[in-house]
Amino acid sequence: MTLGEAGQGGLTIEGLTKTFRPKSGPVFALDGVDMVVEPGEFVTLIGPSGCGKSTVFNIVAGLEAFDSGHIRLDGAPNHDRLGGIAYMFQKDLLFPWRTVMGNAVLGLEMDGLSRRDARERIGPYLERFGLAEFADAYPDQLSGGMRQRVAFLRTMVQERSIMLLDEPFGALDSYTRTNLQQWLMGVWEEIRTTVLFITHDVAEAVYLSDRVYVMTPRPGRIQAVLDIELPRPRERGIEITDAFLRLERNLKAELHLHGTDDHDG
Amino acid sequence: MGWPPLVTVLLVLSAWELFVRWQDIRPAVLPTPTDVLDAMWDDRANLWGATWITLQTVFLGFGSALVLAVVIGVLVDSFGWVRRSIYPVIVVSQTLPIVAIAPLVVIWFGFGISSHAFVVAMYTFFPVAVALAQGLASTDQDAMNLLRTMGAGRVRLLLKVRFPSALSQLFTGARVAMSFAVIAAVIAQFVGAVEGLGIYMLTMKNALRTDLVFGAVTVSSAVTLLLFGGVVVLQRLVMPWYRPKTQGDAR
Repeated sequence: MTLGEAGQGGLTIEGLTKTFRPKSGPVFALDGVDMVVEPGEFVTLIGPSGCGKSTVFNIVAGLEAFDSGHIRLDGAPNHDRLGGIAYMFQKDLLFPWRTVMGNAVLGLEMDGLSRRDARERIGPYLERFGLAEFADAYPDQLSGGMRQRVAFLRTMVQERSIMLLDEPFGALDSYTRTNLQQWLMGVWEEIRTTVLFITHDVAEAVYLSDRVYVMTPRPGRIQAVLDIELPRPRERGIEITDAFLRLERNLKAELHLHGTDDHDG
Repeated sequence: MGWPPLVTVLLVLSAWELFVRWQDIRPAVLPTPTDVLDAMWDDRANLWGATWITLQTVFLGFGSALVLAVVIGVLVDSFGWVRRSIYPVIVVSQTLPIVAIAPLVVIWFGFGISSHAFVVAMYTFFPVAVALAQGLASTDQDAMNLLRTMGAGRVRLLLKVRFPSALSQLFTGARVAMSFAVIAAVIAQFVGAVEGLGIYMLTMKNALRTDLVFGAVTVSSAVTLLLFGGVVVLQRLVMPWYRPKTQGDAR
C-alpha cells in the first residue's frame, strides 16, 4: 500500500480564531490556534469536550470559515481545501442505502472514477480490512467496529495527502477500540500519510501519535505540545513501559491544569 | 396484520347476512353479501371494464402527480423563493373540497380519462410533494458535509445524499396518496364520465341495483388495497436496505 506522496501533506496553522454568531449570542470558539504538522506525521489534538477541536477540523477541511489567521498546505496559502483533504467524522456516516462496497467507493466516485475502476481499487483492501465477506452487506448489518473500518477505508482510499480523523473510535467499547487502534497503527505504518487525529483518550493519543497538541477549554488555544518519542512500529505492551507511562502522566498533567476531565463524552 | 382483521370482517359480514335474511329486507334496500357476490359475478364483464378504466385513471393521475411532486419538491427545497411563493398556494389547493372541484374540472376538461386523472393528480400530488420536501430538508447535515469534503457540489449533494435519504419519506407520502387516489378517481367519474367505477355506481344506483353499487364499492376498496400493497412492494424493491422500524432489533 503506497498512498499519499512523500514530501506532501504539510500543514501549518497560525493564529486561527473563530467566533460563532448564532442568534442566541456569539460563541468565542478558537482564540489563536497554532499548529505545525510535518508531511507524514501523526499528530493528535486532545482537549476537553467543546474546546473547539472539531471546529479546527471543520476549518482545515474547508467546511467552515474562520475569522483570522492562516492555514497553509505545504507552505502555500490555500483557499479551496474542500475536496482536497480526506475527513473522517465522529459519526461513521455510512449511507444506509449503500453496501459496504458502495460506501467505500463514495470518495472515488466523487473523484470521477467509474464504478468499475473504483471497485477494483477497493477490492484488495477489503481483505486487509476484514470486510471481504461483507462487501455486499448493508451498514445496519455491521458491528460498530466494522462500520468504523468501512468509514476509514472510505477516507483512506481518497488518497489525499492529509487525513483528518475526528474521534474515530469514540463510540466503541474499549476492547474493540484497542483492537482498532492497533489495526490503524498497522495500516498507517504502511501508508504514512499525514494524519490529524482528535481524541479524548490520553493513552490513545500517546499510543498513536508523533506529537500531541493539548487544547484549553473554550475558547480553544494550544496549551502545550508534547512530542511522543516512542519507537515505531509500536507493539502492544508498549503502554506499560516506563517511557509510555511517563508520557501519559505528562499529558494528563497538562490536561488537568484546567481541572477538566479527559474522559467525558 | 394477519388474520385478526379478517375474522372481524367475516363476523360483520355474517351478521349482515343473517340480519338481512331474518328481517327479510328487500335487496334494493340492502342486499346480503352473498347477493352482492352473485351480482358481481353475473356482471363481471362490465364491472371489470369499469375497474380497468378507473385503474388507468389512477395510474395516469398518480403518475403525473408523482413526477410533478418530485420536480416541485426539489424546487421547493432548493430555492427559498419557490418555497415562499408556491408552498402556500399548494396548501390552499388542498382545502378545496373535491366534490366541488370535480364537477368544474369535468366541465372544463370533459368526460374523458384525462379530466378524472387531473382530479386524482390534484389530490395525490400534495402528500407526495410535502413528504419529499420534508425528507430533503431533514437530510443529515454531517452526511452532506462529508460529501462536500469529497468535492461534491449542489447537484451531487442532491443526487447522492439528499434524494436517497428522502426516499423513505417519499414512499410514506406515496402510500398516503395512494390510499385516496382511487376514491378521488371514483368521485371524479361520479360527477360525469362515460366509463369507470364512479359512473358505474351512479348508473346502478339509479337502476336500483343496490347489489351492484355494493359490488362497485367492494371492487374500489379492493383496488385501493392492492395499489397500496403495490407501493409497499415497490418500496421493498427500490429500497432493499430499508427495514421498517417495528422490528426493534439492535445493530
